[in-house]
Amino acid sequence: MSSRTDVVAWLRRYGTSLFLLALIVFFGLENSRFLSMRNITNILTEVSIYGIIAVGMTFVILTAGVDLAVGSLLAFAGMSGACLMRAIGADYSLSWLVALSTAIAVGTLAGYLQGKAVTFFSIPPFIVTLGGMTIWRGATLILNDGSPVAGFDANYRWWGAGSIAGIPVPIFLFGLIAAGGFVTQRYTRYGRYIYAVGGNPEAARLNGLDVPAIITSVYLIVGGLSGLAGFLLSARLGAAEAVGGIGYELRVIASVVIGGTSLAGGRGGIGGTIVGALLIGVLTNGLVIMHVSSYWQQVVIGLIIVAAVAFDTYAKSHR
Amino acid sequence: MSATFLLDVRDVCKQFPGVRALDGVELRVLPQEVHALLGENGAGKSTLLKILAGALHPDRGEITLHGVRLEATETPRERQRMGLVTIYQEFNLLPFMSIAENLYLGREPTRRGIIDWPTMYERSRALLASLGLNADPRREVRHLSVAHQQMVEIGRAVAQKAKLIVMDEPTAALGSREVEILHTVIRELRTRGVSFIYVTHRLDEVKSVCDSFTVLRDGRYVARGDVRTVETRDLVRLMVGRDVEFSKRMRTAPLGETVIAVKGISRARDSSGRHAVALEDLSIEVRAGEILGFAGLVGAGRTELARIIFGADHCDRGVMYLKGSELKPLQSPRDAIRAGIALVPEDRKQQGCFLEQSIGQNMTLPSLKRIARWGIFVDEMKERQLVEEYRTALRIKMANSAVAVGTLSGGNQQKVLLARCMALQPKVLIVDEPTRGIDVGAKTEVHQLLFEMAQSGMALIIISSEMPEVIALSDRIVVFREGRISGSLEARDATEHELMRLMAISTAATPAREAAV
Repeated sequence: MSSRTDVVAWLRRYGTSLFLLALIVFFGLENSRFLSMRNITNILTEVSIYGIIAVGMTFVILTAGVDLAVGSLLAFAGMSGACLMRAIGADYSLSWLVALSTAIAVGTLAGYLQGKAVTFFSIPPFIVTLGGMTIWRGATLILNDGSPVAGFDANYRWWGAGSIAGIPVPIFLFGLIAAGGFVTQRYTRYGRYIYAVGGNPEAARLNGLDVPAIITSVYLIVGGLSGLAGFLLSARLGAAEAVGGIGYELRVIASVVIGGTSLAGGRGGIGGTIVGALLIGVLTNGLVIMHVSSYWQQVVIGLIIVAAVAFDTYAKSHR
Repeated sequence: MSATFLLDVRDVCKQFPGVRALDGVELRVLPQEVHALLGENGAGKSTLLKILAGALHPDRGEITLHGVRLEATETPRERQRMGLVTIYQEFNLLPFMSIAENLYLGREPTRRGIIDWPTMYERSRALLASLGLNADPRREVRHLSVAHQQMVEIGRAVAQKAKLIVMDEPTAALGSREVEILHTVIRELRTRGVSFIYVTHRLDEVKSVCDSFTVLRDGRYVARGDVRTVETRDLVRLMVGRDVEFSKRMRTAPLGETVIAVKGISRARDSSGRHAVALEDLSIEVRAGEILGFAGLVGAGRTELARIIFGADHCDRGVMYLKGSELKPLQSPRDAIRAGIALVPEDRKQQGCFLEQSIGQNMTLPSLKRIARWGIFVDEMKERQLVEEYRTALRIKMANSAVAVGTLSGGNQQKVLLARCMALQPKVLIVDEPTRGIDVGAKTEVHQLLFEMAQSGMALIIISSEMPEVIALSDRIVVFREGRISGSLEARDATEHELMRLMAISTAATPAREAAV
């Protein structure tokens, strides 16, 4: 038994969680405000919005795909909901429902279209969603001529600032969706199919799986979740902004990748993604509290992404 | 004293986590000889080859090439420069580059720092011609057949002035005629002073092309000797430590009704090169409890027809009947599986296994619908039962079903794939190359399992490049030649000679085929 390989295998499994724990301890000792209830809630709410998308992104990356359009789609879906709600007239108590369902529907439909483009025309997902990234951003700007939509009622803003059983709504929803994602991945047929398609698409086809339908579905899911996140973000900020969610694709993909899901597909899962999303949230928040400039934050997060993948590759070659 | 040997490997050991892959292995190769390296899967051949190539470092031991001690730290590139070139089963060719570029990759002839294309093509043409391959060196490698790609690999070794070429199962994906051509080239290169290490599972080849042999078993050196003074039977005994012979099928039950009938399947050649051979009017039928063998060279239409029956590829014309009723044209394997047809594909790693996934997940994937609660949630209890049932039935050796399939030996991987198909309880089972690349002991076991499946009333179609295997397994054999069925015979009357006659291409057609490349 080579102990070095064991250590590497162990680190590969728990390294990210360990690093997260170390960061929390470090920031906690550095500044007492970091571990205050308020700050923790703050971090978790922040994490929840992109974490919700990251759950869907995990499925996409498990099929060896990627979705770069999630940030733009978040803005587009959020804006669509807010615009439609305003058009109908925002002066009744269920007006938020119009915005919420529109955002989710728009996100789902856009995701479906991207998935269809990937499977029907066999265009690499990188290209389809790179196109989607600018298409949805442009469409958001067109919708309200680049201006934000604001002036939501209290019921709408409850989704961003309210709480259920003492838990802020976004965190509650993130927990629910993460749990649902985990159950799907671990206990359902669909979850198995995602791994199969990502692990070996040809073998998946020969085993009778409808590979194009499964691939389309993961883009649909991440689209719908982006729509939900768009709604939540607008509720939290009190406005649907055309520039909302810029750079979210990076945070979302980074969460998944730092969490150990392989970009080659077929390996990884939601558990890692949640740790990855928390790690990014803690790091961003901690650096802010330590008064590290936001320019440096970007450098640090970028380095961690590269280091995480480098370690994973190293560990894979040494097992 | 070791100077008389071209390659002298002594006392090489290599430890992997949990396994001692090599334990005091020795291997001696003389100049100008073809040396067979034999052993079952897991005997340590692959590890030894990787150590020779410089891809792995041994923990202990000494290797000399031409009397020069090889350092453990050398890279594969340095080993190649010393004249030791390894050709793996999966070729190291760049598919989108031309033959010439592949032959001279990294050593392109240049003039004033710029690649000298005319010289490169000229040299490539001469080199290919010396290997008996009349191909345009500007052609992209991906358009070549497997056999011709292999020739390009050998050509590259020759261009590197290799003294020792190591070939890992070079004939695993070749038909009999292509094997003949390969052997001719190997003999020719031997006269030019090149030695070979030749790894194979086909023992008849050892007799026909090799001079000497070394046998490994369980990571240990077992024996070496001269091929002329040893019987194939003895080689098998050295490899497995026991006597093994393909046993012929003893069918007890009478055949049942016709399960599947395929009539008039045709498909035109595809200009893109995906379907290189036109299929013409292929008709077969298989009865319950029967094993129908498909024989023929690679690319003659056997795998092609199997894939059409399974819905994995399309056809232009033709009808299929399952239990007497006409099947709607199958659009996908999904339709086929629903109709009760299952396939174990020829390429285990590319088309069959999910190497990263567990044995259990690999086994139950297409059956999940049956064991899912409300069609959604996998019933893990039922899944475990299913895995256990087929693990026992197929005698699969594994620590537990959560282990990744990629860690199993070839034979056990094949059994997992068979188990996966059996769990579907199909009416028709197609097995393409049931024992490719698996060791002798596991072969017999797989054969036994196929017999049992036929016994249970399934209709089986078996495709194999190994003639003794087709003859031993089948009740009836259909022979394919260039997209047509050239003959059909009862297995009890079949001889290798007769099969060969039906499979082989008439000599007049040979030069034309070569020129077409």
